[in-house]
Amino acid sequence: MNTGNENLKWYVKGIKDGFPIGMGYFAVAFALGITAKKIGMTPLQAGAMSALMVASAGQFAAMTVIATGGGYLQMAVTTLIVNLRYLLMSCALSQKLKPETGILHRMAMSYGITDEIFGIAVSVDGRLNPFYNYGAISISVPGWTLGAFLGASVGAILPKSVENALGVALYGMFLAIIIPESRKNKFVAGIVMISMILSCIFTVVPWLSAISSGMRIILLTVVISAVAALIRPVEGEEGEAHGE
Amino acid sequence: MENNTVIYFAVAAATIYLIRVLPMTLIRKDINSRFLRSFLYYVPYVTLAVMTFPAIVSATGSPVSGWAGFITGLVLAYVDGNLFRVAIGSCVVVYVAELLIR
Repeated sequence: MNTGNENLKWYVKGIKDGFPIGMGYFAVAFALGITAKKIGMTPLQAGAMSALMVASAGQFAAMTVIATGGGYLQMAVTTLIVNLRYLLMSCALSQKLKPETGILHRMAMSYGITDEIFGIAVSVDGRLNPFYNYGAISISVPGWTLGAFLGASVGAILPKSVENALGVALYGMFLAIIIPESRKNKFVAGIVMISMILSCIFTVVPWLSAISSGMRIILLTVVISAVAALIRPVEGEEGEAHGE
Repeated sequence: MENNTVIYFAVAAATIYLIRVLPMTLIRKDINSRFLRSFLYYVPYVTLAVMTFPAIVSATGSPVSGWAGFITGLVLAYVDGNLFRVAIGSCVVVYVAELLIR
């Protein structure tokens, strides 16, 4: 079993790795808050929405439904589709846990499965301790919530230039997750390149670009990962690929 | 809109949470299928790659600064790999690039 000391160590590591995420979240949520204000939401509502959903694209989609006065079923279906990638991430993360990890830990961790927290959590060495996620959540979700609240209350306190610069923070983190593995494993590097090229094609080519970004992410993830798994199944323990 | 906001939030939040919690709680054991394990190993790299590009290029004020941030991120991630430094480095380069092209 994990000792308290061990848990604390993971918690602190989670806070450390989650700090840049929190900063990036603050900036993105700020923009989200400005949008929320435009459709008539109060700062409190914008903050509450962020704390409840912790989902960037998902919240944008939810606000679209609210702004257009859509039905509750439409809300459910829209958020389901836009956030379906979390289902895949949750599957992947379940394999990173010790099988005996309790259900309460699993339920608590699930709250914070975001693109970024998932990204850092899957890339820790060996098995994942839930306290790592708690650390990352406790530093980043307040940034996400506060950002939305402030965005909706004071609008543009950040100069546009700073807002633009912060816009790449989250993507920089994604790169810091996928590139080091690509450096170690040439096959992963190839997969990453193909993913980016196909993603680009799906964004530019007329009828392919009609597919929403949420669907595009799911579609490409399932197809490319499945093909990669067929061509180069991973060996050994914990899904770590070995050899070139 | 005011009347329905609470229900809207409840529906959206519940949907999102269910998506996240079901696999985590239902898949309690290690998956033995080699294909599935391999599939799940590749998922994060593909997802994050798809989400990053080309979105990063249009995340800033102009494609030029977006590309500058992207290339900086690639290089820093390759030579360094520290999350914080890669993220901040990309932001700084975007900021400077936007000052220069203005």
